[in-house]
Amino acid sequence: MTTETLRAPRLETPPGGRRGPRLPVRIRAGRQHHAGPVAYILLGIATLASLFPLYWTMVAASTDNTRVTQSPPPFLPGPNLFENLGKAWTDAAMGRAMINSMIVAGAIATSTVLFATLAGFAFAKLRFKGRNVLLMLVIGTMMVPPQLAVVPLFMMMTELGWGQKLPAVIFPTLVSAVGVFFMRQYLSDALPDELVEAGRVDGAHSLRIFWSIVLPVARPAMAVLFMITFVHAWNDFFWPYIVLDMTNPTVPVALTQLSAGYVRDQSVIMAGALLGTLPLLVMFVVFGRRIVGGIMQGAVKG
Amino acid sequence: MASHTSSAPPPAADKNAGPGADRRAGLLHRLDVRGAPYAFVVPFFAVFAAFSFYPLVYTAWISLHDVDLATMDIMEWVAFDNYTDLLTDERFWNALLNTVTIGVFSTVPQLLMALGLAHLLNYRLRGSTFFRVAALTPYATSVGAAALVFTMLFERDFGMINWALGAVGFGEIDWENHKWAAQLAISSIVIWRWTGYNALLYLAAMQAIPRDRFEAAAIDGASRWQQFLKVTIPGIRPTIVFTIVLSTIGATQLFGEPLIFGQGPNGISGGADNQYQTLGLLLYEEGWKFYHMGRAATVAWVMFMLLIIVFVLQRLLSRWRSARTS
Repeated sequence: MTTETLRAPRLETPPGGRRGPRLPVRIRAGRQHHAGPVAYILLGIATLASLFPLYWTMVAASTDNTRVTQSPPPFLPGPNLFENLGKAWTDAAMGRAMINSMIVAGAIATSTVLFATLAGFAFAKLRFKGRNVLLMLVIGTMMVPPQLAVVPLFMMMTELGWGQKLPAVIFPTLVSAVGVFFMRQYLSDALPDELVEAGRVDGAHSLRIFWSIVLPVARPAMAVLFMITFVHAWNDFFWPYIVLDMTNPTVPVALTQLSAGYVRDQSVIMAGALLGTLPLLVMFVVFGRRIVGGIMQGAVKG
Repeated sequence: MASHTSSAPPPAADKNAGPGADRRAGLLHRLDVRGAPYAFVVPFFAVFAAFSFYPLVYTAWISLHDVDLATMDIMEWVAFDNYTDLLTDERFWNALLNTVTIGVFSTVPQLLMALGLAHLLNYRLRGSTFFRVAALTPYATSVGAAALVFTMLFERDFGMINWALGAVGFGEIDWENHKWAAQLAISSIVIWRWTGYNALLYLAAMQAIPRDRFEAAAIDGASRWQQFLKVTIPGIRPTIVFTIVLSTIGATQLFGEPLIFGQGPNGISGGADNQYQTLGLLLYEEGWKFYHMGRAATVAWVMFMLLIIVFVLQRLLSRWRSARTS
């Protein structure tokens, strides 16, 4: 943050970096005003509101049960962070939950990206009968709320012997309509028709074109879709809560047990909450900028 | 797809004769060009059909039966009894009303604040990436974690919010047991998690507004506030509609936040007096606490129909409004 602020004045483009050549200030003035102190103060408050609950999770997770249940509450970290994280990992099944969530979110994100890129490519660049109808159908599927499926799904999974098992959580979410739509929009713009045609002229079959021409172009969007899908799968709650139990939970399922009195120590509960969010926070610190870009891109074109 | 393959003549038998091989290659090529698109979109539709569409239809069928969780293969036909029972059940109307009020409490401030935040982020800023990522961080927080932290912050005896209220001279609030307080606390979790996300959607739309519209407004002497109202808001209208749709769907599905806020068995019933039980919680309670799968399916279908009604109303309203303005 600080380095960026220091570097910013030297850049030709504003830190947002969207515009290439500089435009005269007068023309710019119609749209992008420089932020005044009031804007910075308000943004500071918004940032504080966004980050404070997370900071306080860390504070509470680093104290102990006596301290955290006192009024006024603690505002500064205590010495017990790693001890509490360790307790949450073992006593509250968070260890098992983290591994399960890694498997579930990883599998769902991988398959969603693969199938969304395949379908997105077909919808963006290939001509076939019924394309528009099928695309409308994809968009229509976004309207179906997941609750509608849980009762029969539960019966289905019990019959398959998948109750309390991870495939029960993975299989129903292997694809995503939003993902298909996102990849279609991206490839429509980013993949030149000539490139696909050239591949055809060279005699490449469709799968070969997909592999050697589409995938390299699609890679940035695939990375963003992977991360966003991973976040959603990691946080998915309703269906995993129904079909899994505490012997084999994902992170959100384990966290409900924490709240339900499975663990009495409040600082260990907070350590569990911290642990359950940590992988996503790390991802945000490293790739936050790209995730932000992906969400904004999906919006502009959606 | 099958018709393409079957109507095609069988491939030529000769191994490497010039014209035959050419014809065969041409045939394969045509087959590939025609068939591949379907092969590429089929995985999506197959998974959707198996795990969303079929259950959707089957849910309707189950809702016409009595099914016990312990003996799910025995389905007793009861026609519309589940529906009449549900519609005469006080708990359903309570849950419906709670879903609506929590939905309004969480959606309206959320979208208004997102609009303001997007406007701020649209200024030329130092460290704009930092502000954007920070605004999005709550979105990366698990519902479970967010709900746990907020439950702690709203704790009656040692929670930070009551402490802060006390510090400025207000009395303690029993957030969990007081109906409106509980609903506001739950809404605040939703607001916290989704405001930044919506702000980024708005910001993206704001940046796509052609610059000359602002210039024209500025030349006409419009103040910044007037520009915001007359240019920005109409310019991002499709996105606003989109976020309203998304938030409405999200609000009808609210489940994890109230469940965790209730800390344990109280969570599923939405508080001791069902004071914050949502339709999602009612569905779960019917199915997995009372073992009435048929009734759970009924709640699911009623939720779906309500969603459809809301969207039809919304379409009618926007049509009526555009007819009035033009």
